[in-house]
Amino acid sequence: MLDRPAVVEPIDDDKIPATFTGNRGLDQEEPLLFEIGRLDATGVDIEAPAPVVPRLGALERSAPIGLPGLTEPETMRHYVRLSRKNYSIDAGLYPLGSCTMKHNPRSNEKIARYEGFADVHPLQPQSTAQGALELMQTLADWLMTLTNMQAVALSPKAGAHGELCGMMAIKSAIAAKGEGATRNVVLIPQSAHGTNPATAALLGFSVRVVPAAPDGTVRAEAVRDALGPDVAAIMLTNPNTCGLFEREIVEIAEAVHAAGGYFYCDGANFNAIAGVLRPGDFGIDAMHINLHKTFSTPHGGGGPGAGPVVLSERLAAFAPVPFIRRDGESLQLIEDADGAESFGRLTAFHGQMGMFVRALAYMLAHGGDGLAQASKDAVLAANYVRASLRDVMTQPFGDRICMHEVLFDDAWLRGTGVTTLDFAKAMIDEGYHPMTIYFPLVAHGAMLIEPTESESKASLDLFIATLRDLALSAKAGDMTRFTQAPRLAPRRRVDETLAARKPVLRWTPCAAA
Amino acid sequence: MRYHPLSEADRSAMLATIGVPAIEALYADAPAETLLKTPLDLPKGKSELDVERFFSRLAARNLPASRAPFFVGAGAYKHHIPASVDHLIQRSEFLTSYTPYQPEISQGTLQYLFEFQTQVALLTGMEVANASMYDGSTATAEAVLMAHRLTKRRKALLSGGLHPHYAEVVRTISRLAEDEVETMAPDIRAVENVIAEIDDTLSCVVVQTPDVFGNLRDLTKIAEACHKNGALLVAVFTEAVSLGLVKSPGAMGADIVVGEGQSIGNTLNFGGPYVGLFATRHEFLRQTPGRLAGESVDADGRRSYVLTLSTREQHIRRDKATSNICTNSGLCALAFTIHLTLLGEVGLTRLARVNHANAVLLAQMLADVPRVEVLNETFFNEFTLRVEGDAATLVEKMAARGVLAGVPVSRLLPGARLDDLLIVASTEVNTDEDRAAFVAALKESL
Repeated sequence: MLDRPAVVEPIDDDKIPATFTGNRGLDQEEPLLFEIGRLDATGVDIEAPAPVVPRLGALERSAPIGLPGLTEPETMRHYVRLSRKNYSIDAGLYPLGSCTMKHNPRSNEKIARYEGFADVHPLQPQSTAQGALELMQTLADWLMTLTNMQAVALSPKAGAHGELCGMMAIKSAIAAKGEGATRNVVLIPQSAHGTNPATAALLGFSVRVVPAAPDGTVRAEAVRDALGPDVAAIMLTNPNTCGLFEREIVEIAEAVHAAGGYFYCDGANFNAIAGVLRPGDFGIDAMHINLHKTFSTPHGGGGPGAGPVVLSERLAAFAPVPFIRRDGESLQLIEDADGAESFGRLTAFHGQMGMFVRALAYMLAHGGDGLAQASKDAVLAANYVRASLRDVMTQPFGDRICMHEVLFDDAWLRGTGVTTLDFAKAMIDEGYHPMTIYFPLVAHGAMLIEPTESESKASLDLFIATLRDLALSAKAGDMTRFTQAPRLAPRRRVDETLAARKPVLRWTPCAAA
Repeated sequence: MRYHPLSEADRSAMLATIGVPAIEALYADAPAETLLKTPLDLPKGKSELDVERFFSRLAARNLPASRAPFFVGAGAYKHHIPASVDHLIQRSEFLTSYTPYQPEISQGTLQYLFEFQTQVALLTGMEVANASMYDGSTATAEAVLMAHRLTKRRKALLSGGLHPHYAEVVRTISRLAEDEVETMAPDIRAVENVIAEIDDTLSCVVVQTPDVFGNLRDLTKIAEACHKNGALLVAVFTEAVSLGLVKSPGAMGADIVVGEGQSIGNTLNFGGPYVGLFATRHEFLRQTPGRLAGESVDADGRRSYVLTLSTREQHIRRDKATSNICTNSGLCALAFTIHLTLLGEVGLTRLARVNHANAVLLAQMLADVPRVEVLNETFFNEFTLRVEGDAATLVEKMAARGVLAGVPVSRLLPGARLDDLLIVASTEVNTDEDRAAFVAALKESL
């Protein structure tokens, strides 16, 4: 185990002096744009328009908008200062379970900005965008090979959008069989992402919850008990949100199919198995792949993502438009279903091309073998964290092998007065972004840690030593380290109740007065 | 592999700590028959140089907008983006952070989202805006679903001027969610009588301005008719720059305003990622989809920002959520807000005027070209041209002459017998030479 690094002095709050500006060295405050911007300021020089007779009818704007502007140097400073209040993967380990905060290669950013990709319009003639279509087809081929599935819909914009796509295909397939009126239930385990029940409900399905076994996984027997002629599909995450592999997944798939239902697999955790196992071999019918997780397109503070969906033979015909068809030497983007069984259109245009470029660049850099190594290293790292902390923290389903993320609960904090939230906030003072907390709901006071394959052993060792030190500190009753945390971040704990009770969602001149 | 820090020695040491002999043992829970026995049929990894070569070859097979006189619009627009925008969004702290769940170390993201929400509310003339949607089309579908929840009715009416892709997205989700939709016939000259179709069974009416054919539409009377019938007006735009020059949808009485924000700060990207804008009235807040950043204070009383009203959202409400959306379009929203900050009101207004003037200049030149006709009475930076013959063929011929001329309506509405229509957009990037090239190529290709 690592000792506390020697360079760090213990912090004494009294030693931090008040300053005139409110800034503390590199920790600088930044007002709102609306407090520093001016209505007559701009950072863009634009030549005067040619004199013309307007063609706006009576609809020209007469009232001012009220948008302040900044010159370019002021703009740079505003956003650079804001950026420094954020944690990021580039700055440190980011163990958010289920979110897969791995390294984002900069080569991918460079390639996505090639003008042959970034500066191409989705509706310019297809003859002038063959390279873009070739790229999409190559990505689709990789996804089908990695999953052993028969078709892929590229257009979904994010994971939840991919879920919607997959479930729309399932609903269409059921309707095509004339069972639309009777099959209206979707089975979802308790541990599922919130997007699963939200997606099912959006399409008018009712949700039947499948209980988890004491070991945190779903048993085929429990699925069989919940199945019936009213069941349209099961939505199951594998590896699941507890970081565990669903051992009976093949049996579950067989049971669902035998009962006339479809298997939607939530692929949020595909990064644990890519290149090692193929979801198609489990017997699934549809699965979205979060390119922003498994294939490392940047999370960007909450998006954009991309959620292509792979489909089985049974669902392929129902895939949304657009899709690509090879027509001799050239590729053709089919944008109109024209009487075919396609369920329709999920979004304008063709999907998140900018993310396709980055994801394919990530795949090519790794190769098939490298992708398998990435999955294995991610699983290795999570198990290393588990094995290194199992004597001080508790796991809800006992100490067992996990996949790419390890789930702890708060049983080990009982009696200390420290909560999962306190523990998470104390990690901030140590320079870490907290893990995912209070999810999945099946673990009390859940702490879900996903270190990813991007961390060196030294980085993992320091992280482990930090959590161990915090854990021992909690058990020793050092309450201020937790209840007062964070003390060293740009902000202390933020009052979320106040924000929700009296929502202030925009700047207004009177609110500022 | 350059992205993997663990050495073989590290792996061995870690396996020893875990107490298993090999990494493969960690996959013991997977059914044995599903474990791959042989490697997948995929290429080996490539160096950064080789990866870049691969993509350079593909990129070379596309014709970029900046390499041709460019007049393509219909939902996505070519604008100049200041270099500082792309520099700033690539700051590690913006690019490689997650959704701001831990506000104490995410104030950068939260504050720019708060500023973004304010800018979108001001631009659209609405009271509140959310922290972004995937794009304009999905934002439109979410607006329709929200109107259904608010009115407890389940039927939407779509104007014939709504972008056909947007209309199809709404129809697709409505059909599968078992809601009703009526779509009016394609309305090239903005003469449709929406008001005559409004009754008290409708939850909402969806109207786009400028519409897909470029016409500007006065929404005031439609809003009144909606409200008289207990329905909501959903106003849509695909060209955000237009809001610098034309009356805001909020000022015309819209209840929900949704649109595509791509044209401010975001490149064309062959269709995505873009950024959906979503604004509405304060009273409808609890039914709004998506993330919201709100103001609060921290334990020391300092002004702070935090994601709020999350009890609407899927991770709390699950099957009772207002939407299933989770990831949105944060970084594209950042690009939007930075570009708009650089523009300010002065810059946006001037940019909008230049766009309009360039489109008017082009329309004037086309008025003198035989066998073509500009159909619009009004427009912002885009209009519809009737040509002799098939517009799709014409576009291909003009592309062969190095001019990207616009979007044939038949591409958006195949089978609608509108094959002689071409949607032409002109922005600040177009020069006198571009316009001359357009007219010359058009004459040669007709």
